[in-house]
Amino acid sequence: MNEHTSIDAAVPRHIPDRLGSPLRARLLSWEMLLLAVAVAIFVANSFASPYFLNAWSLSDLTFNFTEKALIALAMALLIISGEIDLSVASIIALCSTFMGLAAQYGVGTPGLVAIGIGTGLLCGAFNGFLVTRLGLPSIVVTIGTMSLFRGVSYIILGDGVFKGYPASFGYFGQGYVFWVISFELALFLAAAALYYFLLHRTSFGRRIFAIGNNHVAAQFSGLRVGRIKFMLFCLTGLMSGIAAVLLTSRLGSTRPAIAQGWELEVITMVVLGGVNILGGAGGILGVVLAAFIMGLMTFGLGLLNVPGIVMSIFTGTLLIVVIALPILFRRLRNRRHARLA
Amino acid sequence: MTRAKILGLGSALVAGLMLSTVSAAVAETRIAVVAKDIGNGFFVAAGKGAEEAAKEIGDTKIIFTGPTEPTAEGQIEVINALIAQQVNAIVISANDPDALVPALQKAKQRGITVVSFDSGVAPEGRDVQLDPSSIDLIGKTIIKLAADNMPDGKGKMAFLSGTATATNQNAWLAAAKEHYADFPGVEVVATVYGDDLFDKSYREAQGLISTHPDLVAISAPTTVGIVAAAQAVTDAGKIGKINVTGLALPSEMAAHIKSGASKSFAIWNPIDLGYSATMIANSLIKGTAKAEPGAEISIGRVGKITLDDNRSAAMSDPFTYDASNIDQFSSIF
Repeated sequence: MNEHTSIDAAVPRHIPDRLGSPLRARLLSWEMLLLAVAVAIFVANSFASPYFLNAWSLSDLTFNFTEKALIALAMALLIISGEIDLSVASIIALCSTFMGLAAQYGVGTPGLVAIGIGTGLLCGAFNGFLVTRLGLPSIVVTIGTMSLFRGVSYIILGDGVFKGYPASFGYFGQGYVFWVISFELALFLAAAALYYFLLHRTSFGRRIFAIGNNHVAAQFSGLRVGRIKFMLFCLTGLMSGIAAVLLTSRLGSTRPAIAQGWELEVITMVVLGGVNILGGAGGILGVVLAAFIMGLMTFGLGLLNVPGIVMSIFTGTLLIVVIALPILFRRLRNRRHARLA
Repeated sequence: MTRAKILGLGSALVAGLMLSTVSAAVAETRIAVVAKDIGNGFFVAAGKGAEEAAKEIGDTKIIFTGPTEPTAEGQIEVINALIAQQVNAIVISANDPDALVPALQKAKQRGITVVSFDSGVAPEGRDVQLDPSSIDLIGKTIIKLAADNMPDGKGKMAFLSGTATATNQNAWLAAAKEHYADFPGVEVVATVYGDDLFDKSYREAQGLISTHPDLVAISAPTTVGIVAAAQAVTDAGKIGKINVTGLALPSEMAAHIKSGASKSFAIWNPIDLGYSATMIANSLIKGTAKAEPGAEISIGRVGKITLDDNRSAAMSDPFTYDASNIDQFSSIF
């Protein structure tokens, strides 16, 4: 154990001699922990309810999280880079409202999809512009746009409703690609693979980590921090636009209260997935596992007709435990090292 | 070692929690009552009515459930879980009449009877809709209650509603507008929305009190809004000057009736509503009634209803509560 040296016994601190591998080991163990929790919930559900192990039940449960999880993928990248977007649910409302407006004028399905995704992209770009060009903190900007985007929806719709979407538009949120594999699930799995590649296998992904760990150092290393962050905001807006298409298609109607409160569920997924809320660390696999955990948990408790409030308590507890665990681990380890030194 | 231990502990905890809530044995007929949100006294009372109906029918199990937040998305998650359990009927009060239609149509395709009550679902998403009362009568009631207690029937009043998208509140406010001419002395100065959240409703009521100093009545057609308004009036020291009325649960308003912040309010009986909706669902499951226009369906001790062209019907008239009967009813619901 002589690889650890403590400079000052009064300030016990673990200083590794190698960089990288302990971090990687921790990330690995994190995802193993999530996987174990997911499996445990799955097994418990199977025992607890006779209706759980059924292809259609399992298919239905994926609708509880696919739309949110799609946004969580992009949100993970944004949070790793040290920023956050609280306006995602309001972007859904605005995208859905514009799609509904277009549908009233007889725009066909391809046009509606383009409007939904395009609106999301523009909203994301607007957030990105305010944060990177004007140098405003993202939490302040997106709290503002959260009210702004949904506010516009309320102005357009008031207490009204847009419905009468073309029949073919229903496919995105209600259709199945193959047997019980819904279009939403297939799209999410494909997107997850794409994001995994982007974050963990490209230099763009490495840059996101670099910026999140130290954006000043990243800037001096020649990274175009502003431009990369702008792109991440656009990406988050784009994914919100895609989620809006799916949700609007699934509901078959638009009201301004659509997707109310989803931003917190999306961020919960990201944090539960092991992404450091302060930026610099995290992975896509964890986020995907977290999405499945939340879906399995809410559906499992739903099958047992556990009231929603208990579910919220459960999610909250899980989140605190999951955030507290690594901190407690580190403290315990540091104390041990201090004793050894 | 520690990692493995934590892993084991975590899994055991989760498994234990899930297993400790294993549902009871399955009864013959299972009717799910879905509230707009859990923790709303109105729906708890409706659930009691459903239990009463189940006892009367026999061999019936009531599943009372609902989302934490009053959202359509939350109710769809609940509906999906109920479809998976293959319940016989879903009795639901909708947070959104349209957004629930695809999910409820899926339920109907899988042989589940769907009855909506209170806040209805669009006709294509349900078999029968049971309105607690007729929209016209409620609309008239929420303005009449305010007018009756105004000096000489004259003065300014405001409405404090729930969410701007709530089906029923909007219908009642529209109906109230039709009756403005019946109360020429009454001037409606504002309609504000408290989103059925206490703190927001309270702030909206405070806003009304400060922007309209000569206001004499606030009418809130929602149980959250009326309590918040009564509290705001009390805190502003306006008891006796501003009368708070509307639709509310007797148990939640008892204190405000006694303090004088509210002279009277109205509500149909949510116990009867849950009871009647369950009776209708049962008749449809058993095939003793058909969900078609003109059909007459018995609702036990409450009487009977006749379905209109949209397969919807009204249960009964709203009932006024005041200092003379509040004690009797506040202990019931």
